[in-house]
Amino acid sequence: MQTYMIVIVLLAFMAFVYQVGKRRALHTAGGPKAIRELHSLPSYYGFYVMLWAALPSLLVLLLWGLFQESVLTQLVISALPQEMQALSKAELGLIINDVRNLASGDIVSQEPDANIRAAAAHLQSLQSTADLAKAVVILALSVAAAILAWRSIAPRMRARNRVEWIIQSLLIISASVAILTTIGIVMSVLFESLRFFQKVPFSDFLFGLEWSPQTALRADQVGATGAFGAIPLLVGTLLISFIALVVAVPIGLMSAIYLSEYATPHLRSIAKPVIEVLAGIPTVVYGFFAALTVAPAVRGFGESFGLDVSSESALAAGLVMGVMIIPFVSSLSDDVINAVPQAMRDASFALGATHSETVRQVILPAALPGIMGGVLLAASRAIGETMIVVMAAGLSANLTVNPLEAVTTVTVQIVTLLVGDQEFDSAKTLAAFALGLMLFTITLALNVLALHIVRKYREQYE
Amino acid sequence: MSMSKSQSRTAEKVEASLKRRYAKEKRFKMLGLTAIGLGLLFVLVLFVSIISNGYTAFVQTHIRLDVTFDADIIDPDGTRDPAVLRRADYRQIIRAPLRELFPEVSGRREKRELYALVSSGAERQLSAMVLDDPSLIGQTRELWLMADDEVDMVVKGHISRENAIANRGERLVAWLEKLEGEERVGSRFNATFFTAGDSREPEQSGIGGAVAGSFYTLIVTLLLSFPIGVAAAVYLEEFAPRNRLTDLIEVNINNLAAVPSIVFGLLGLAMFINVFGMPRSAPLVGGLVLTLMTLPTIIIAARAALKSVPPSIREAALGVGASKMQTIMHHVLPLAMPGMLTGAIIGMAQALGETAPLLMIGMVAFIVDIPGGPLDPATVLPVQIYLWADSPERAFVERTSAAIMVLLAFLITMNALAVILRRKFERRW
Repeated sequence: MQTYMIVIVLLAFMAFVYQVGKRRALHTAGGPKAIRELHSLPSYYGFYVMLWAALPSLLVLLLWGLFQESVLTQLVISALPQEMQALSKAELGLIINDVRNLASGDIVSQEPDANIRAAAAHLQSLQSTADLAKAVVILALSVAAAILAWRSIAPRMRARNRVEWIIQSLLIISASVAILTTIGIVMSVLFESLRFFQKVPFSDFLFGLEWSPQTALRADQVGATGAFGAIPLLVGTLLISFIALVVAVPIGLMSAIYLSEYATPHLRSIAKPVIEVLAGIPTVVYGFFAALTVAPAVRGFGESFGLDVSSESALAAGLVMGVMIIPFVSSLSDDVINAVPQAMRDASFALGATHSETVRQVILPAALPGIMGGVLLAASRAIGETMIVVMAAGLSANLTVNPLEAVTTVTVQIVTLLVGDQEFDSAKTLAAFALGLMLFTITLALNVLALHIVRKYREQYE
Repeated sequence: MSMSKSQSRTAEKVEASLKRRYAKEKRFKMLGLTAIGLGLLFVLVLFVSIISNGYTAFVQTHIRLDVTFDADIIDPDGTRDPAVLRRADYRQIIRAPLRELFPEVSGRREKRELYALVSSGAERQLSAMVLDDPSLIGQTRELWLMADDEVDMVVKGHISRENAIANRGERLVAWLEKLEGEERVGSRFNATFFTAGDSREPEQSGIGGAVAGSFYTLIVTLLLSFPIGVAAAVYLEEFAPRNRLTDLIEVNINNLAAVPSIVFGLLGLAMFINVFGMPRSAPLVGGLVLTLMTLPTIIIAARAALKSVPPSIREAALGVGASKMQTIMHHVLPLAMPGMLTGAIIGMAQALGETAPLLMIGMVAFIVDIPGGPLDPATVLPVQIYLWADSPERAFVERTSAAIMVLLAFLITMNALAVILRRKFERRW
């Protein structure tokens, strides 16, 4: 609530100083008649003051919002009695949770004792002090910066250049968000993975043939030591992706060929958008469809042949995932086929080849690198796909390539390990980040490869 | 001589092979048609399967009972104090007319089954009515009360009567048939489905909470990703010098567009929640994660829009003395805006349908309350679909499908809006 108020006050103040800055610019120049004396238009002086009033205080507001919670928690912990501070991290976390809930008036897990009550009161007073301090500091900073900027206004000041410089800096910062995101992704999966590899050897993870992440709660428990071999997950992922590609590549490619080579403009204008609808459907819908409709159908179909099909078979998930990636394959192939020069078709027709012979012997070989790129992109999409497999594939890590059995995938295990409460020092939770690192690396490699192939191909006809 | 002989032989060969080649041509064409037919068939099957499962969720079975608002039960002291009225035992008020209708029912178990015909949500309905109008106390009204989900399923035919008899015994169906005979069973529009939050009871659950959560999440996403995306596109397209930094940014944007969405969830969990201590399950964090995820889409669309503005516009502005920044802000950006908005809408549609990264940051919790702001715990529409899809009750299958229909309706609207925007403002220079 308070933050909203501060932002609203800040916005009002910005509007005010904009006017003030504009006036002062005109005034120092010697009135509206002497506007020629100014270096820039008066509004730029207004913008200049306004940006100074806004940017530093918004930055502080952001940092404050990020760190207030953790600083306050540290303060409360250091004020707790010694014996409570000595508790383990998890227990301390529970206590802090109680204190927080008590301070905000929510339900607490147990009847609070005096220490917790005191801590909650302490936290409340700290919070109100911090909130007040935040408002004061930010508004004071805004006013101070605005006054400084206001005083610097003079007719010779290059206000436009300065404002444009500030805006350009903001543009650069926005563009760098992409780099920051990549760094953030790499750091977050890498650090947690390194912690994981301290507990589980790298080779066990990469080459292990067994996956059962349930670690023992007690040291003396039997058979629950946890095994973190990623091979079964990898095989499961590749099996489902392979089934998906077996569905998607022929259908996608053939429909792209038909749409670009044979179809009348009318058919094309209808069929192309309808097939692309498949790309816009949320994956959770496909997951539901797979679990509710396709899996029982596959099972029933298999049983009519006397086959024993698991109700969470890789086949069902793979089929639906294949349907999902049809539009990727078809629209990428469509682009590549259309990029093949008409002269090559004409030459082939002139030699007496039929249309299908032209397609198979001239167009497809020419378009092959682009199609390969598209297929690789589709494969990376299939490997990283989560919801379909979470809802329709199994949880048990079977090392099998039989599409009628249940297999599990990398993404399914990430979701299973991380949904719900986690503690951040168990190998089980950290394993999810190691899987994430693996997933990121594989998809990145596929994408780089695909882009490389596509780019190399493009150069041939330009 | 030999020339013409070989010629005629070639011609014969070609002639002889023509039939085979044409047949091949025909087969190839059929194959292409089949592929397109399959694609269209999948779309059709998907929609038919969802709609046929879900359309019944928009109505809900109700049971008509003559409810007496007994003063002795609701407010024995006659204080009309709202706290007393709220806490009163409305269960008894619902049970009385049921007992009257079925006087032959005896025994604890049988009675409990009888009472279970009416949803526990009906108590809340009565409580709200009394709080609204305390003069009801002492009166008898004929009311349509929400039926239990099992009754609902039997009435709608999702559970056949034979199955219901097999599972629950003959009583349920016999009672239901008697009620139907007295025209006490009816379907009404299911407003609860649109207004309520999640619930363990299918008949009381709704998508209201999830829609609100999606709304706040998308607002955060839009407020962050649109300005940042447009700013990044303007920089890359108009200002960026060809250097290492620019190349790095471009490579990063292209790669981020292809990173699996679940990896963004890992980023959100490790960075936003663990490092910065942001609240779990909050639309704010969800919005941040989806911002990072949709940024590449928005940047790529915005750059295409900027590229389509012809250089003559820029040259004209620069020619009359505008600075580069003025040229862009006053002329290029407004002309590119429709294209950028189209890209933003498509990005938002993508964000609206996204599930996996939000599971990572705890937006998968069971939340009954409807969130009131971006910091309240919330879930979003696709996650709600996922949660319901996991529930065993038959009635949730219907609700999941209905929620999917609502989600698809939103997505279709957004995409249609994007198409209309593009058609309306697209300019050929």
